[in-house]
Amino acid sequence: MNETDQGSVKPGRPEAIKAVPVRHPGRWAGVAVIAVLAAMLGHAIATNPAINWTVIGDTLTNPTIIHGIWVTLELTALSMLMGVVGGVLLAIMRLSANPVLSATAWVYIWIFRGTPVLVQLVFWNSIGALWPKLSIGIPFGPEFWSENSNTLIPVFTAALLGLGLNEAAYMAEIVRAGIQSVDEGQTEAAHALGMSRAATMRRIVLPQAMRVIIPPTGNETISMLKTTSLVQVIALVELFTAGHDIYARTFQTIPVLIAVSMYYLLMTSILTVGQYYIERHYARGANRTLPPTPIERLARLFRGKPVPPAKSDVVTGAEGGGHV
Amino acid sequence: MSDLIKPQDTAHPMVRSEAVHKSYGLVEVLKGIDLEVKQGEVFCLVGPSGSGKSTFLRCINHLEKVNGGRLYVDGELVGYREKGDRLYELKDREVALKRRDIGMVFQRFNLFPHMTALENVVEAPVQVKKESKSDARERGMQLLERVGLAEKAKSYPAQLSGGQQQRVAIARALAMKPKLMLFDEPTSALDPELVGEVLDVMRGLAEEGMTMIVVTHEMGFAREVGDALVFMDGGVVVESGHPREVLTNPQHERTRAFLSKVL
Ligand SMILES: Nc1ncnc2c1ncn2[C@@H]1O[C@H](COP(=O)(O)OP(=O)(O)OP(=O)(O)O)[C@@H](O)[C@H]1O
Ligand SMILES: [Mg+2]
Repeated sequence: MNETDQGSVKPGRPEAIKAVPVRHPGRWAGVAVIAVLAAMLGHAIATNPAINWTVIGDTLTNPTIIHGIWVTLELTALSMLMGVVGGVLLAIMRLSANPVLSATAWVYIWIFRGTPVLVQLVFWNSIGALWPKLSIGIPFGPEFWSENSNTLIPVFTAALLGLGLNEAAYMAEIVRAGIQSVDEGQTEAAHALGMSRAATMRRIVLPQAMRVIIPPTGNETISMLKTTSLVQVIALVELFTAGHDIYARTFQTIPVLIAVSMYYLLMTSILTVGQYYIERHYARGANRTLPPTPIERLARLFRGKPVPPAKSDVVTGAEGGGHV
Repeated sequence: MSDLIKPQDTAHPMVRSEAVHKSYGLVEVLKGIDLEVKQGEVFCLVGPSGSGKSTFLRCINHLEKVNGGRLYVDGELVGYREKGDRLYELKDREVALKRRDIGMVFQRFNLFPHMTALENVVEAPVQVKKESKSDARERGMQLLERVGLAEKAKSYPAQLSGGQQQRVAIARALAMKPKLMLFDEPTSALDPELVGEVLDVMRGLAEEGMTMIVVTHEMGFAREVGDALVFMDGGVVVESGHPREVLTNPQHERTRAFLSKVL
C-alpha cells in the first residue's frame, strides 16, 4: 500500500491518510454504568461487617488451607493424568477396527459418563462393602495374593479412581474428536511410507489432533480443579473441605469462602496461562507465523515497534487503547 | 499395440496386474485390469474422472485391498502370500515392509503440516528404517537440494507454494529409496505456472531410470517422457501402447473422445 506508484503526482511516499476515527459513544456509556455498579459493590463489601478482612487474611495463611491446596493440586494433576492417558487409550480403542476393543470402550464411556461423579467417588470409597477382600488369582481357582479392600484403597486412592476414571470417559470423546479432525490423507501418506499404525498415530495423527484436543482439555483441567471439592463426601481434606472445616467451627462462612475462592482463582489463572503456551506450541506449522506471546506483545508495546506510518498520523480520538 | 501384456523373458516386470478386480460394496470400480510395467519404465495412466486410476494405483501399495485377480510388484504378490492354491492375508507389519519400497506422491501433497520440509523427508527413514538422525538429515538435505529446495529445509508446508510442497513430497518419497514410484495426478492441484517445476523433477527421475507409474492429464509429459501409456475407462483398460502412438493415432472411439477433450 505504501509503495511508490509509477503514476503518482509526487515522487516518493504518498501522503499518509489523515482521518478522524469512528467514535464509540455507546462504549463510554457502558463504562460509566459499569463504574457506578462496581463502586456500589465495592462500598457494600468494604462496609459490611460480616466480611471480616482479618479472618480472610488469617484463612489465607492457615496451614490446613495451605495443605488443602496441595491436596487439590495433587488430585487435579493425577486425575487429569489418568484422564488423558485413559482417554487416549479409550479413543484409540473406540476407533479401532477390532469390534471387541471398540465395544469395550463404548461400554466404559457409557457407564462412566452416564453416572454422577459423586456416585462414583462414594462407590470407590465404599468398595470394601462390596468386596471386603481384593485378590489376584485364577477365577474360581487358587488365590495368589489378597488384601483388605480398605487398606488397599485408602481415601486418596478412592478419590483418584473416582475422578480419574470418570475424566477418562470425557477425555476419550475429546481425543476421538481430535483424531477424527485430522485429514485422512495424513494417515495414507504415512502408511504409504511404510509407517506402522502405531507410529502413524504417535508421530503423525496425535500431534496434529492436539490442536483440537488442547482447548477442551484446558477446560477439563480447570473444571477438575474445582470438581476435586466433591471429595468432601468421602472426607478427604482438600482446599474446599479445609475451608469448610474452619467455618463449621467458627461460623465465619463468607470470609473463609472468599479466601478459598481467591486460591481457586489464582490456580485457574495459572492454568489458563499454561494452556496458552501449550496451544501455541502445537500451532507449529498450522499458522504461517506464530502469534506473539503476551511477553513479546508487552515488549513490542514498550519498544515502540515501527508502527505503520498511515496509522501514526491518524488523529487519535476517543478510542485511545485497544479493546476495553 | 498391446505388446504390454506379453511377459518379458529377461527380468520380471516391476508390476504385473492379472484381471484385477476391486469393488466398494456393490459398485465394481476395477473390472479386470491386465497390464505390465517393466523395470525402469515411465508408465502413464490416463482416463476420465472416476475411471478407477487412483483406485488401481492405491491397490499397488495395498492402500486398497484387491477383491479378485492377482497383482504382483517386483515378482511378489501384493497383500497376500500364496501357498499351494490358498491365499493368506499378510499381517499389517508385512504390508508395511513392502510399502517401504514403493514411493507415492499424492494430488494434494499430504505433507505433514506440523513438520518442516526437512523433518518431513527425514521422518520415515528414521522411524521406519531406523537410520541414524544425522545420516537421515544429511541425505534429506541432499534430496531437498536435488528438488531445488535446500534453502527451504526449515520451512513448514504452509509456508511453501504448491509446487514447492509437491517437490518436498517427492523428496520425502525418495528418501525411502523406493524401487517404484507412484504419482497420482501430481500436478492437478497446481497453478499452471507451477506445473513445470514438478514435471522437471519427475523428468530427472525418469532419466535416472526410476520405474514410475504416473496418473496424469499432462499429455505433453506423457508423450515426451512416457515409455508406455494406458487409457482406462469405466474400470477397464481400453487401449494401450506407446504414448506417441496412442496419443496421435487412437484406435478406440472412447479414447478419441477423451483425448479430444484434454489435448
Ligand atoms: N472409498 C470409496 N468408497 C466408495 N466408492 C469409491 C471409493 N473410492 C473411490 N470410489 C469410487 O470409485 C470410482 C473410481 O474412483 P477413482 O478415484 O479411482 O477414480 P479416478 O480415475 O482416480 O478419478 P479422478 O480422475 O477423478 O481422480 C469412482 O466412481 C468413485 O466414486
Ligand atoms: Mg484419482
